[in-house]
Amino acid sequence: MVAPTRRTGTRARSRRGQAAVLLGRLTSTTARRLRGSGGSVIGARVALAVAPSVLDELGAGLRAAIVSGTNGKSTTTAMLAAACRAGGHAVVSNVEGSNLRSGIVGVLSTPAAAGAELGVLEIDELVLPGLLGSFEHPVVVLLNLSRDQLDRFGEVRTVADGWRRALLGRPDVTAVANADDPLVVYGASAAAAVVFVGAGLRWRHDAASCPACGGGIVNALGSPDWWCDRCDLRRPACHEIDGDRLLDEQGRPVAHVRPGVPGRHNVGNGALAIVAATRLGVDASVAADAVGSVTSIAGRYQTVVVGGTAARLLLAKNPAGWAELLALIDGNGRPLVLAINARIADGRDPSWLWDVEYEALRGRQVIAAGDRAADLAVRLRYAEVPCEVWHGPVADRLRGHDAAEVDVLANYTAFADLLRELRL
Amino acid sequence: MTESAVRVCLVYPELLGTYGDGGNATVLAQRLRWRGVPADIVPVAAGTPLPAACDIYVLGGGEDAPQTLATKGLSEQGLSRAVDAGAVVLAVCAGLQLIGTTFTAADGTVVDGVGLLDCATRPRGSRMIGELVVEPTGLDAADGSAMPPLTGFENHGGITSLGPGARPLGTVLSGHGNGADHAEGAVAGKVVGTYLHGPALAPNPALADRLLSWVVGPSALGPIDDAVVDELRSERLAAAAGAADGWRATLKALRRRD
Repeated sequence: MVAPTRRTGTRARSRRGQAAVLLGRLTSTTARRLRGSGGSVIGARVALAVAPSVLDELGAGLRAAIVSGTNGKSTTTAMLAAACRAGGHAVVSNVEGSNLRSGIVGVLSTPAAAGAELGVLEIDELVLPGLLGSFEHPVVVLLNLSRDQLDRFGEVRTVADGWRRALLGRPDVTAVANADDPLVVYGASAAAAVVFVGAGLRWRHDAASCPACGGGIVNALGSPDWWCDRCDLRRPACHEIDGDRLLDEQGRPVAHVRPGVPGRHNVGNGALAIVAATRLGVDASVAADAVGSVTSIAGRYQTVVVGGTAARLLLAKNPAGWAELLALIDGNGRPLVLAINARIADGRDPSWLWDVEYEALRGRQVIAAGDRAADLAVRLRYAEVPCEVWHGPVADRLRGHDAAEVDVLANYTAFADLLRELRL
Repeated sequence: MTESAVRVCLVYPELLGTYGDGGNATVLAQRLRWRGVPADIVPVAAGTPLPAACDIYVLGGGEDAPQTLATKGLSEQGLSRAVDAGAVVLAVCAGLQLIGTTFTAADGTVVDGVGLLDCATRPRGSRMIGELVVEPTGLDAADGSAMPPLTGFENHGGITSLGPGARPLGTVLSGHGNGADHAEGAVAGKVVGTYLHGPALAPNPALADRLLSWVVGPSALGPIDDAVVDELRSERLAAAAGAADGWRATLKALRRRD
């Protein structure tokens, strides 16, 4: 393990690297003072300008656990970080914010990172191949892949190909991957060592064609098995989840999975976090308890009282994520505020709204909000879900609302806007 | 399914449904039901027989390998026969490309399309992404008046050139469209292709009703309260105009400085 440089308290070893990190920190601090918050991304960009390979230096000697995929990255990263801390690791982790190169450089440049021996890092699924080389012996958790921000990312299968190429020829990588997602299995199988977990997959529409050969993916009825009708890609042997029990490949119990956040998808995320933690030397039941202690991640799942209304804040960014949220809120009878934006970070085209089964909201009280409330209102009209349209900041409208409890379902920038409005 | 119900076939949604285009079938079916005309959406998975007697066939956008797979299936399954028998086709993006004469697959090979539209697609080399506004010169509204502008979002890498057997759906007012001749989409008979996502029919009820008039006749299509859609249309058209004006204003300002 490389000890941090005593004089400067950074992970960087070279003079240029140290200068880069220190200049980056200075920039961040200044930016934060001027703006009142944030600043880490601009600091990281400065560091990268001074030393383009600074991430290699920051990653050297740091054990890394990386979490990637379309949905669930932040939640699983929070669970894994908690599990590793409970297991005695000195952890540095990137709180939801930037999961791109600048975000990783930013978090690894902090003074806290200098004393850490394990980085638990959320990394964007498109960017992961470019960053993996900066880390030695990483454990890489691969959650799921589905359509998201299509105007930025193009094809989902391209992302899986990128993972495959990055993992090939890396004998030091251990992958912990979702056996229920053909795109993930295709990507993860290239790893030298891989542990699969049947974490579940509600949204199957992006894996209808086999990512390996273009054939058709067949899903068994009444069992989670799937296979390609043309090549040998199929659901691999894996850890299974039976209710709240995580079982290994031989069916032996490993731990209970009882997440502190709702939704069946979070049982899968918790199971992946527990298995990854065990690969980092953490006892399974210690990891499981820590997973259960995570009750909110960067504002998600928390309930905030606004005026007289208790608003539960939920995030979904794409059809797969919305399918999970709609299952989560099903039947709870609360009014729903759906806040939709289509800024660059959300994907500029909200056509994906028509891949979400909003018909399930018939009979509920629904409010459409956000920049693209009008697009959502048309979607809801055709779904025969009458809705009210809110203009302006959601927080203001919530303050004036008379319901005791409300669920707010927002996509990426709409959620960030709301946190800012609520000063969270 | 009732005997007299209009059948809207949603073709291979798992291959040609990446961009929310299945919503076009929803719009068509609902606009019929709201006028008291029964309608059924018939999703057909790839590898299963295509029903020969649907009234409208809806094809959406998709990724490269699925597009080629879908072409094979549709050529074998007789989509052409259905069109000869009078069916309406709405084909978006990959759907438009594969019902043309040829298109180029991801590996560079030229693939024969289903041949319903006289158009051929080749790669541009870079993608065309953004707000798309179209003057629909290729179609009149159901009552014969000029159809209002079409608004949507495009995201494609192919340039589509039309032959003499097809006319454009319209002229591009903002965006790229086909990437050739300021044209967007292609129309021949009751077959309509376009690059508009949104999905295409959601912010463009006049286009939806035009297609429906070919199935049930214009007199079956009484007025619908489209206030919610009109609100969306105003917003989107203003956004496209604002974006265009923004760039033009910036360029003007830069030129003035020189």
